[in-house]
Amino acid sequence: MLIRRPRPGDSAAILPSEITSESAYLNRRKLLQAALAAGVAGIGAGWVSEAGAVSDLNVKRNARYSLSDEPNSYEDITTYNNFYEFGLDKSDPSENSSRFKPAPWTVAVSGEAENTGEFALEDILKGQAIEERVYRLRCVEAWSMVIPWAGIPLADVLKKFKPTSKAKYVAFKTVLRPEEMPGQRSRSLDWPYVEGLRIDEAMHPLSLLAVGLYGKTLPNQNGAPLRLITPWKYGFKGIKSIVEIRFTEKQPPTTWNISAPHEYGFYANVNPNVDHPRWSQARERKIGAGIFGSRVPTLMFNGYEKEVASLYKGMDLKKFY
Amino acid sequence: MPSTVVIRRVIKPALFVACALPLLSVVLAAFGIGGASLGANPVERIQDTFGQWGLRFLCITLAVTPVRDWLNMPWLVQLRRMLGLYAFFYVLMHFLTWLILDQGFYWSGILKDIGERPFITIGFTALLLLVPLAITSTNKMMRRLGKRWKALHRLIYPICLLAVWHYYWQVKADTTEPLIYLAIVLVLLGWRAWKTRSGRASVVAAREPS
Ligand code: HEM
Repeated sequence: MLIRRPRPGDSAAILPSEITSESAYLNRRKLLQAALAAGVAGIGAGWVSEAGAVSDLNVKRNARYSLSDEPNSYEDITTYNNFYEFGLDKSDPSENSSRFKPAPWTVAVSGEAENTGEFALEDILKGQAIEERVYRLRCVEAWSMVIPWAGIPLADVLKKFKPTSKAKYVAFKTVLRPEEMPGQRSRSLDWPYVEGLRIDEAMHPLSLLAVGLYGKTLPNQNGAPLRLITPWKYGFKGIKSIVEIRFTEKQPPTTWNISAPHEYGFYANVNPNVDHPRWSQARERKIGAGIFGSRVPTLMFNGYEKEVASLYKGMDLKKFY
Repeated sequence: MPSTVVIRRVIKPALFVACALPLLSVVLAAFGIGGASLGANPVERIQDTFGQWGLRFLCITLAVTPVRDWLNMPWLVQLRRMLGLYAFFYVLMHFLTWLILDQGFYWSGILKDIGERPFITIGFTALLLLVPLAITSTNKMMRRLGKRWKALHRLIYPICLLAVWHYYWQVKADTTEPLIYLAIVLVLLGWRAWKTRSGRASVVAAREPS
């Protein structure tokens, strides 16, 4: 467990990462047991490295970004998610990602900026306090979670690269490693995964570069070691395992938009009034609510309307979905 | 060929239990019995499991007649009704899971989904078409309908195609699995078309004066 230094005025400061739900605890124990058992059997390399891969981070809770909803359990967050690079089922990322190596890691920065080149992840993070922020996550498939991310504001990182006035957009790219990412060996999507934001979206204080989860480094299945979080957009905008950041003048291509342009737009803002062609976006299923937990209404911009609505003033959100 | 008694006393009860195993697995997992679990999104898991088994049982039911002929096992037809009713059962559970657990009787959303979302419209059509087949599956109905019974139960062909189409349309990116089901259904239907055609040809040939 991490050591927290309480600060004055930080009264309700229990980090979600300190509340270890029972299931998470049991899960960890199961993992350990499995690792031990597998290790004894001499086939445990994958398990052991997976169990050992996450380490504690020194995080400070940012009280501005907290929610009254209780966060989902560590187990739910790390065993139920989409990361097609590791397979199509929600359980595939946690089952197929143990061979992925998130260190050492470098990010290539290019395009309309003064300070471009290859940067080691440690250098990008140097001097940055890692914040814990509890965000809602709304998947385009109409389910949602509440997740305590650990990361740094994207704007702080991007400013280091000194984007020029021509930088109207930021493009991101996921690592391409079919040997370690079995999903990339099939053509389910156009690899490598690419995403992008308008520069003002990228510079928005809500945009986060996450390096951790529940006070620990990101597990492989959640996009280690570095991923994007834009909580007012559908989850697929949150590109994982980022190796490239490019500042561009034109709107960059994005993977799901290439795959099905009439279903997934560039903006992908959470919007209960604009349905996916095949299903309604008006209501969502909260993961963790159980068999009888019914759907709840989806909020405009996933509940971040006050913060981000001004970014889209005057835009027809039915057209720019 | 097994005797009528063996079919009635052994094979049918065993098949009945075997076909109920997917249901049992869901129930056990729902109660966490034997370390099983429905995962983070139990409603989706239940609905998908029932949908998958509905489709599988439709294909299995469709396969009975061809397999009977290929393996020359005429008694297999006696198992067809149970398989077909299980197909209906799992599809119905799939639908009820959606209606009750997923939508929570949220009628405006439900009607909109059935009316406006093509993949749901198609699935719902398939379910509706299955209803008369289930109702007329009894011996009494078979007798009462006579020749029309067979004609009515040919509805299973479009039902299977609709079911595969429904599956194909709700997939997000990888269509491999629905296409495998499509291939299976096309083979099973194609075999019937081929047999009918060649059967008719041989009838015509037999009539020709030689
Ligand atoms: C013959 C009838 C039907 C068959 C064989 C069938 C089968 C399936 C299958 C195999 C899936 C994919 C499950 C998966 O992703 O693993 C599915 C999904 C789905 N079906 Fe059906 N279905 C039928 C009728 C219906 C009906 C009547 C409804 C509702 C009115 C319905 C609603 C849905 C929905 C909402 C999904 C998507 C579930 C999700 O997002 O996970 N289906 N169905």
